[in-house]
Parts: sequence; C-alpha cells; structure tokens
Amino acid sequence: MDAVLDLLRTYSTTIAVIGVSALLALSVWLTLYAGQLTLGNAAFMGVGAYVSALLGRLLDAPFPLALLIGAFAAAVLALPLGVIVFRLRGVYLAIATLAFGEIVRVILLATPITGKGQGLNGIPPKTELWHIYLSLLVVAYVLWRVQGSTIGRAWAAIREDEIASASQGIAVGQHKLAAFVIGALIAGWAGGLSAHVTFSIDPSDFGFTKAVQVLVFAVVGGVPNVLGPILGAGVLTALPEVLRPLKDYRDIFQGAILLLVIIYLPRGLVTFIDVRRTRRLSRIGAVDVA
Amino acid sequence: MLLETVGLTKRFGGVTAVDRVDLGIAERETLGLIGPNGAGKTTLINLISGVVGADVGTIRLSGSDVTGLPAHRLAALGIARTFQGVRVFKGLTVHDNVLIGRHTRMRSDVLARLVPRPRQKADPDRARSLSLIERVGLGRRRADALAGELPYGDQRRLEIARALASEPRLLILDEPAAGMNPTESAGMRVLIESLRGEGLTILLIEHDVRLVMDTCQRVVVLNFGRKIADGTPTEIQHDPAVREAYLGTEAVA
Repeated sequence: MDAVLDLLRTYSTTIAVIGVSALLALSVWLTLYAGQLTLGNAAFMGVGAYVSALLGRLLDAPFPLALLIGAFAAAVLALPLGVIVFRLRGVYLAIATLAFGEIVRVILLATPITGKGQGLNGIPPKTELWHIYLSLLVVAYVLWRVQGSTIGRAWAAIREDEIASASQGIAVGQHKLAAFVIGALIAGWAGGLSAHVTFSIDPSDFGFTKAVQVLVFAVVGGVPNVLGPILGAGVLTALPEVLRPLKDYRDIFQGAILLLVIIYLPRGLVTFIDVRRTRRLSRIGAVDVA
Repeated sequence: MLLETVGLTKRFGGVTAVDRVDLGIAERETLGLIGPNGAGKTTLINLISGVVGADVGTIRLSGSDVTGLPAHRLAALGIARTFQGVRVFKGLTVHDNVLIGRHTRMRSDVLARLVPRPRQKADPDRARSLSLIERVGLGRRRADALAGELPYGDQRRLEIARALASEPRLLILDEPAAGMNPTESAGMRVLIESLRGEGLTILLIEHDVRLVMDTCQRVVVLNFGRKIADGTPTEIQHDPAVREAYLGTEAVA
C-alpha cells in the first residue's frame, strides 16, 4: 500500500496530466464520433483555464464555481462559433476551428489581464488527483450512456451519411452543434482543472501543438467507443516517461510507435478491447439466410 | 391529395432538370414515375423529400404548404424515401439502421439512460424495428450484422425497412430493383405489392417498366424535366408521346 502511495506521489504530476489529457481526448471524441474533424478544443481548454484562474485570483471565487464558469464560458463561446463553422466540412472545418484557436491564442497574448505572453503565474494548486479522476469517470460514464441513446445513434448516422440522416428526420446541424458545444464544455472543465495543477499557464500551452496532440490521443486510442480516447491519452502521455531510459532516441521510438499504431490498428488501440455488439455474418452463420 | 406539386421547377446551371411539374398522389395510391435517363426523376423526388430546394413552385402535403422545409422536417411530417444507389449506414448494425429510421417517432432517451437501471424487457421501438427487419425479409438473425456486410439486394431491403420504421404517410422508392437479378427483382415486387396492400401511399421510380406497369395504379412520365404523360398503365402504354420519347427507345415486352 505504501509503495502504491509512493508511486502516486512521485508521479502525481504525470498521473494528473494523463487524467486531464483523457478528458480533452473525450472532448474531441464527441465531434469525431459525429464524423466532424474539429481542432478548437485546445482553445476551449485555454478559455476554461484562464477564466477559472482569473475568477479565483480577481474575485476570490470558490474553486468549484470557478471551474464551472470556466467550462460554461468555453461552451458559450462554442455555440456561435459552431453555428458559423459547421457550414464547412472536412479539412475546411478543421482549418476554421484551428484559426479560431489561433485567434484565442493571440487575444491571450495581447490582453493585459491575461498576463500577455508571460501568462498567469502562481495559480494555487487546488486540483487534487481525485477531482480529475472523478471528472473523468463522470464524463466517460455520461458519454458511454449517451452513445447508445437516440442522440448517440443520430451522431453515428451523421458520421456515416449526412444526407441519409436528414432523410431519417435527424436535424443534422443541431446534432453537430450539440456535440461541439458539449465537447467545449468538457475541454473548458479540463482546462480549469489543469490550470490549478501546473501553477502557471501561458498562451503557448493552448496552441496548435496542443490541438493536434489532443486529436492524436483520440485517434490513436480509437473512436468506436469512449475507452479509446482514455486509453490513447494514457498510453501516449505515459510513453515519454516509460521511454525515458532511451534518452536521445526517445522521440524516434515514440514516433515509430505512433506510426505503427496508425498503420496496423486503424481503429485505434481500443481494437484490443472491442466491446461492439456487432457480429460478423460468417460467425452468426447467417450468410446464406435470405 | 396526399401530396401535390404545382409548377415545381429546379435548374442546375443552364439545365432545367425539373420543369414546371404538376404531380398529385392520392392517399393509398401507388404512383409510378418513369422516364428516360436524365429525365429528372431523381431530382423531382429530391425536391419532394427536401434534399434539394426548388427554384419555383409549391409542394403541398395534405393541403399544407411544405415548400422549402428541410429534409428532416419533411421526414417528421411523414415523407420517407430510399435512395438510388443505396445509402444505408454501412458501418452500423442492421438493427441500428432501422432504429435510426424511427428517430422522429422516438422520444429522446438520453436523460433516462443516465440513470442506471436494469434493462427494460419490453422496448416497443426495438421490438418494432426487429419485426420490420423480418417484414422486409432480412431475417432477425442478421440484426446485429453490419449493414455494409449485407449483399446489395439486402441493403435495398434494409433501406426500405429503415424508411418504414418512421411510419411514413408517403413512401418514395428510388429504383428499388436497380441492379437486381430477376429473382431479387421478383422478390422486390412481392414486397412492394404487400406494402401497397397495407394501404401505404407509394411513389415508385423505376427503370424496370414491367415492374411499374404491374404494381402501379397510375403512371407519370417525365422527359427532359417535363411531365409528358399521366394516366393508367394501359393509357401510358398507348400514349404516342410516351412511345416516341421513351418506349420507342426501350425494349418493352
């Protein structure tokens, strides 16, 4: 037991980062599940981080309230943005959301209240590990249940074929927007949590690199179910630590592992623990059933 | 009239794909829509089902103006359709495909699902979609198979099951027998006839003239976007304009 606690203490930062990464990966998973490639979640994370940290600092807001307002600020921002960008599809959608991320970053860089390029320092470390993992548990549970609901099925249908979905009575635009806004809410919440782990935040924490990283977590983990993004975030965040003994060769190995996963497990790491109800026709023995 | 179009027109660039078409479908009627390739049949049903918007003209459903409504609203109002070239959700199970067809008839169960509870045994939506899968001849055993794994003909049947799941007032079938061999085609005819027997209103677009003549009470012929004939199958077969525009170029027994 002591050994476990020791391990937790030694690696508490890494464990916290894994949890936050998993939340972020789930936030982008939502839109991916609906077949939409968006890259705005790093910026939504930034909004949550800055809003919650500033509320604590300037207004002495209680931590849970600051987190909540930070998350809702991200969601409120996502709503009008979603209305605009979901006129686009595919890479154009990705680029538009990426541009939004850059705008947020530049605003953070230029505004005195956000500390410009230096960011915010001395954020009180109020986030406990259990805050992160309880959030993760709740979010994963909710998304898992939603996946099998009428809305979850509608998202899957939109991913498969938008025109056919609309003809089944699915309001395609509204469903995409819902996925986007809920994703922003989760990302904002994760941002608030992470700001109160790391002591300081600055605009570069929420830029292009982060946006792509979060996407990679979700894609490498796998989109078929909610375990994928969690697994992806866990493995890819822990990997640098595990590969530390390789020193200079670490990045090469990491890149190679990433490449192998994408080539050989196109449905992601979650392929190993596939929990789909789907059964192959051949296995049911129903190939020849007319 | 269940469905009525007045002066419906759609242009793509310089081409008038649908040109001032007046169409009426009575309740419980099976109306065939035929015409040579490029006559505007698919564009016309895309207009009726809201996939594309009309440039000019009116669409009325049970007397109320539904022109310009988006596809998902029209689906909720009772217009269901299949697609030429099949658009089932290939990556989803057969059962999920049909459940999605019921989307407009199901209440959102998101909040209910968040509360953990033992699975309810009698879910009317699941039961109904399973019986539809059987109804179109797919077999309950394949409910959990991926739709994309089914043979082409069965994907068409699945599309019909999905369309029926919404309990439509008007079912539009866009070339349901295209690419089918004679056996599959005969099976499709049996299915369409049984749907007609149930009193469903059907708009059937089909290249297989035989199938149309046998199953439809009335037939409308399009050519170059215009309606050139409207009548019973017998009248259509003897209509000189149709013979010139259409039957003259197709081998019809």
